[in-house]
Amino acid sequence: MRIQLRVWRQEHKSKPGQFADYELPEVSPDMSFLEMLDMLNDQIMRQNGRPVEFDYDCREGICGQCGVMINGRAHGPLANTTTCQLHMRTFKDGDIIHVEPFRAAAFPVKCDLKVDRSAFDRIIQAGGYIAASTGEAPEANSILVPHEEAEAAFDAACCIGCGACVATCKNSSAALFTSAKISHLALLPQGRLEAKERAQQMVAQADKEGFGHCSNTEACEVECPQAISVLHIARMNWEFNRAAFF
Amino acid sequence: MLDAKIPEGPLDKKWEHYRSKSHLVNPANRKKLKVIIVGTGLSGSSLAASLGESGYHVSSFCFQDTARRAHSVAAQGGVNACKNYKNDGDTVFRMFYDTIKGGDFRAREGNVYRLAECSVNLIDQAVAQGVPFAREYSGYLSNRSFGGVQVSRTFYAQGQTGQQLLLGAYQALMRQVSAGTVKLFSRHEMLDLVVIDGKARGIIVRNMDTGEVERHGGHAVVLATGGFGKIYYLSSLAMGCNASAIWRAYRRGAFFANPSWIQFHPTCLPQFGEYQSKLTLMSESLRNDGRIWVPKKKDDNRPPNDIPESERDYYLERRYPAFGNLVPRDIGSRAAKEMIDAGYGVGSLKNAVYLDFSKAIAEQGEGKIEDKYGNLFRMYQKITGINAYREPMRISPASHFSMGGLWVDYELMTTIPGLYAVGESNFADHGANRLGANSLLQACVDGYFIAPSTMPNYLANEIRTGPIDTRQSAFATAEEAALQKLKGFLAIQGSKPVDYFHKALGKILYDDCGLSRSRAGLTEAIAKIRSLRGEFYHELHVPGGGGQAMNSELEKAGRVADYLEVGELMCYDALNRDESCGAHFRVEYQTPEGEPLRDDKNFAFTSAWEWTGLDTEPLLHKEPLHFETVTPTVRSYK
Ligand SMILES: Cc1cc2nc3c(=O)[nH]c(=O)nc-3n(C[C@H](O)[C@H](O)[C@H](O)COP(=O)(O)OP(=O)(O)OC[C@H]3O[C@@H](n4cnc5c(N)ncnc54)[C@H](O)[C@@H]3O)c2cc1C
Ligand code: FES
Repeated sequence: MRIQLRVWRQEHKSKPGQFADYELPEVSPDMSFLEMLDMLNDQIMRQNGRPVEFDYDCREGICGQCGVMINGRAHGPLANTTTCQLHMRTFKDGDIIHVEPFRAAAFPVKCDLKVDRSAFDRIIQAGGYIAASTGEAPEANSILVPHEEAEAAFDAACCIGCGACVATCKNSSAALFTSAKISHLALLPQGRLEAKERAQQMVAQADKEGFGHCSNTEACEVECPQAISVLHIARMNWEFNRAAFF
Repeated sequence: MLDAKIPEGPLDKKWEHYRSKSHLVNPANRKKLKVIIVGTGLSGSSLAASLGESGYHVSSFCFQDTARRAHSVAAQGGVNACKNYKNDGDTVFRMFYDTIKGGDFRAREGNVYRLAECSVNLIDQAVAQGVPFAREYSGYLSNRSFGGVQVSRTFYAQGQTGQQLLLGAYQALMRQVSAGTVKLFSRHEMLDLVVIDGKARGIIVRNMDTGEVERHGGHAVVLATGGFGKIYYLSSLAMGCNASAIWRAYRRGAFFANPSWIQFHPTCLPQFGEYQSKLTLMSESLRNDGRIWVPKKKDDNRPPNDIPESERDYYLERRYPAFGNLVPRDIGSRAAKEMIDAGYGVGSLKNAVYLDFSKAIAEQGEGKIEDKYGNLFRMYQKITGINAYREPMRISPASHFSMGGLWVDYELMTTIPGLYAVGESNFADHGANRLGANSLLQACVDGYFIAPSTMPNYLANEIRTGPIDTRQSAFATAEEAALQKLKGFLAIQGSKPVDYFHKALGKILYDDCGLSRSRAGLTEAIAKIRSLRGEFYHELHVPGGGGQAMNSELEKAGRVADYLEVGELMCYDALNRDESCGAHFRVEYQTPEGEPLRDDKNFAFTSAWEWTGLDTEPLLHKEPLHFETVTPTVRSYK
């Protein structure tokens, strides 16, 4: 199939960017979106151009490193699918596809489609852990966790940290990301003790990084590759308020 | 002579003996010592966090944009530990035996026993960190069974065990970053190792965002850089997985053990086209209910559902009646390749076999199958567009795990004093074939328990060394060489992109040093790789002569340049080993029925190779394997 691309090109964070138009005459429907971009780069290099920089590593939907806006949607038109798992059969012959980096004040563009998501690391550093050091931990089965709670904790813990939730949010809020970690740890008995401070510190760090506030649009849940539920945001707010009032 | 430094005493007391006798570093002295850890997968993150907690200064490096994306994240199935929660007779010894046997009796008893011993504690550690392992309704931890064993010792978190374990380690690491003991350097790629007076003293890295080349010094260097199965280009690994860090160390004098032992996973998605970059793994658990077959007729182009039962060859069930579709990975993969090579492959490129669920669906109902494998069927459909409830999946073997790696002794130290290798980057525990769910375990125990106990034995003598000065000439020379190499890639100005060479190398290795090997093929492969390497340095095209900072093609060029040397070493290794064992199948050494023929008399050793220069044969050192506790037997799955 023939695909026309409008791709964001920006050589450096300090330089202005603009869209550039490309055409790929022979895209196979079996290609993944990133393989289509590989093909584009191959074509650009044959003409001695500078290939498009874009992020990826695992190419199987789990590392969270890939992610671009495709026709205005984080990770493209399919719900709950990373960019690397999107295949060209989702598009039609002759389609024009706009490709842009994830946009947010807290995610500055580094080059072309690559953005700096280190703010997520700093949110975790602020308290997204259980303070258990390596060593003689208690026997694992001495901490019982009801099946449903373990599964609920998993549903929050499976976040891949891609940033689609931020990119898709009109306020560039990191509420889904932050709440997923708060919720994962607060749901487990091992993590309950530190829940209050964790919520306070992580939320404060997210604010400091320049992420916006959540206004309950719930767009993030749709784009999240792991379909993490917005209910975790409610839990975060509860933990946060509990920390403030009790 | 290679000294593995296996402690004296009975097998089950070795680790305890070691720990009670090795040197320690006083807490007050730890802050005088700096450790460089390259890699933030399970092994690197867990080690960095553990050393940070105990008070050392740690610098942690990875090439991804954050530590949490290391490829450990992709492990699906689970992690083994002999907790015996199922009361099914599991013990440390049984787990040790399963691992030694699974590795076809080509691993060290002492190391493997320790792996099993430490497994128990690992689960406690992970649970304390909040890893949400699957639970029974009673709240107790749940287990499942995995290939090659008769007990249920695999702990799991849905199909994302590696991710959950890694996040546990990553969070522990982030905690140390905020405590100020660990400094993070993400998007930094190691280009060289700096050795001064015979000791590892630092590394040269490239900041992949700014393009700058930097020097980092430390009292010890740890490589936790993962596997290099990506050398075949198509694999279940991540795009950035590489051998560069261990290869640079090899060229600086560290020995490389069993480089050709690469595990091919039997249930990956096949290649669909030339542009393809990845062969996604489909969990092995599918083989519990899926039946593997090919058409009995060669080049049969009928859709699978039109091929009647009588014209299908369920070749695993036919050849291995006892284990059937559940034979170990090496056997399943090799059998698939044999069918494909003989012309029975299916799919548009004739490079796959069928994994068929129709019988299981008929017997158990679609709902039951969906409960068990729904996410995998969805993933399969996402990638291929095919509904596997209606027609069989197409699968093929893909490069997956490197059993070989840097040679390390019992302390996980390489042949360069002060240089350690942990996790998949070392060769230590899996012999010639790795059992499922044992490598997450190995990466974790190396990082949480083993290296933190063995490194002080070396570091205790470094307390008076003082900070490592990176202005020393060894740093300057290594940095200059790294810069020249990068400039060299840009200067070639040929017409072929890096991927062309990577794919060509992958093809040579897959054909001649993959699932089966022969003397003639390997000899030829060495010549082909050398000529490809020549072409690389004449024909390579890396854009960006203008010196732009971010340059993915330049990063890839460095990795492939190293792969072009690693591939040659793999062939030498495979050529040297005149036997078949585990993943290493030499066609000359097989029984009349086509089963591998191991030669314990002549080959019960680890091959540890020493670099002697480009285009020359490397030097082989042998570490004999002593079996004091077990008696090697023939692995039979008939
Ligand atoms: C798809 C898949 C599924 C798997 N499933 C299982 C399973 O179910 N159970 C099991 O036990 N095992 C499984 N394995 C194997 C297991 O996941 C790995 O062996 C293990 O996670 C390796 O951990 P590691 O710490 O050694 O390396 P990795 O997690 O690969 O980490 C390597 C680190 O090194 C860094 N690095 C590499 N090179 C450089 C360089 N030159 N410069 C700087 N940094 C560098 C990377 O950035 C990364 O941080 C699976 C493997 C794959 C590929
Ligand atoms: S590349 Fe890893 S999630 Fe897409």
